[in-house]
Amino acid sequence: MSETTAERTGATASERRSTDREVSGVSIRLEGVTKRYPGQSTAAVDAVDLEIPAGEMVMFVGPSGCGKTTLLKMLNRLVEPTDGKIFLGDDDVTGQDPDQLRRRIGYVIQAGGLFPHMTVATNIGLVPGMLKWDKARISARVDELLDLVGLDPEVYRGRYPRELSGGQQQRVGVARALAADPPVLLMDEPFGAVDPVTRQRLQDELIRIQGELGKTIVFVTHDIDEAVKLGDRIVVFDVGARVVQYDTPEAVLAEPAEDYVADFVGAGATLKQLTLTRVGDVTLQSPLVARAGEDAADVVRRATAAGEQYVVVTDRRGRPISWPTLAELSRASTVPDTVDDKLPVVGLRSTLNDALDAMLAASQGGVVVTGRDGVAGVMVVETVMAAIQQTRGQVEG
Amino acid sequence: MWEYVLDRRGQIAYQALQHLSLVAQCVLLGSVLAVALAALVYRNPKASAAANAVSAVGLTIPSFALLGILLAPFGFGITPAVIAVTFYAALPVLRNAVVGLAGVDRSLVESARGIGMSRVATLVRIELPLAWPVVLAGIRVSTQMVMGIAAVAAYVLGPGLGSFIFSGLSRLGGANALNATLVGTIAIVLLALVLDVVLVLVGRLTTSRGIRV
Repeated sequence: MSETTAERTGATASERRSTDREVSGVSIRLEGVTKRYPGQSTAAVDAVDLEIPAGEMVMFVGPSGCGKTTLLKMLNRLVEPTDGKIFLGDDDVTGQDPDQLRRRIGYVIQAGGLFPHMTVATNIGLVPGMLKWDKARISARVDELLDLVGLDPEVYRGRYPRELSGGQQQRVGVARALAADPPVLLMDEPFGAVDPVTRQRLQDELIRIQGELGKTIVFVTHDIDEAVKLGDRIVVFDVGARVVQYDTPEAVLAEPAEDYVADFVGAGATLKQLTLTRVGDVTLQSPLVARAGEDAADVVRRATAAGEQYVVVTDRRGRPISWPTLAELSRASTVPDTVDDKLPVVGLRSTLNDALDAMLAASQGGVVVTGRDGVAGVMVVETVMAAIQQTRGQVEG
Repeated sequence: MWEYVLDRRGQIAYQALQHLSLVAQCVLLGSVLAVALAALVYRNPKASAAANAVSAVGLTIPSFALLGILLAPFGFGITPAVIAVTFYAALPVLRNAVVGLAGVDRSLVESARGIGMSRVATLVRIELPLAWPVVLAGIRVSTQMVMGIAAVAAYVLGPGLGSFIFSGLSRLGGANALNATLVGTIAIVLLALVLDVVLVLVGRLTTSRGIRV
């Protein structure tokens, strides 16, 4: 690997994400927050001190029953703390009216928690409505948010939740939580009920949205991979919401604070480094790109001259549609415009893990990476391997 | 019999209207009371069980007996009729409203609270609309049942088609006695069918497209 590659991979995913972006969130500070339920000898949450910096996405992980969800729900007082103080920014919100407080804190639960008898637009407009925004402003905001979460307002505004797929419901759930532009977003295992492919997409979207908005996000999950992929920081909890480790994903994976964390993070921590590195962080190979409809013989000649085995074929708008070998290509007179449904494609923001998954499922032994303006490059298994060693070296060094 | 109907069409229509009005108003009143009561008890398992017991036991009280008992404090007339009919109208609605409200997904309630809806707003905007189809099913059952009970109310000189039935039964064997009884009974059945269709339409119009089955 060249010197430039080392520099590019030098900035880890979270470092890159936490710099150069606008922050609209506020910090959250917990002081001795405790929850005891009557009739139980041990506290569900025992004197937790925690500081969450403004604009960061902090992941709460831990086994079920460790109190992480209880702790999350104390942040918006769905669960009233028995003891301790909670600050949003400099405000002590422990004594505030809970309904007023919750309108300033977005809340997303599994499957979005959408109200089935209300349209998508009504669902999203609920909090602005409670804050007495006027109709025109709410309607404009609904469209803006649907755009943000990648749903066409024209199509989805008037739909009911049951007319949406699980992933779409989840997007609407995120839009609803963001409706009144709250500085803080609480997410309670939001992507637990969707299939792996959709989950990966929703995670990518959340990273993008967070990059645009810079909210303070607290995200509860039991999936360490999800925590590593999304989090700027990870809090690992043990029973009683004891904070075992609070650190960057890189550090949690490389230097678990206790055996407990190592066990929880599980085997294959090195492989989990794959979820720390984005496709855009590694050096991609530049493939030979040809448009559908070009003269095949000419393309083959250029490819042979460049020593390429494969050619990435794009449609008129520059989007990759297939990735044939030279042998396949030379059989046609013009470059065919057939779309390969199984073409492995990932985005620049996807993780190496996503890319590796796509590669293993494809016959070409690599993936096509798309950026904003079409094909950004291709990536092969060797690139991934090199990146793993790179990341490992950094953490240990 | 046709002649009988033609001769008395004015009276039949008047009594049918009275019957309809008694039933409609009592069902409305009973439903409001039942839903209010259900909203008070549905979050408490013991109170819900008590409400269900009341509604089950209440339905076993013979309407004739209840009307008789009500005669003592209220005398003859419209008051005991309204009380008895409202009582029976409320019971099926109470049961369904408790079941319907308790059946609303708790995560939706938590979601509503989590985005800052007050307890009352959550009940009015989320729980009741979601429980509405079940409540309405209770109202339909109650309407059908109360149609018959309202006829018995004629015993305490309440309004409605029951007067035909009772006057017929008391003169059984005499001229037109059977006709009077049949007219009262058939008119009640027809009214019940019409009202049921109306309630189905109300259901279509008041149930959100998002939860309609």
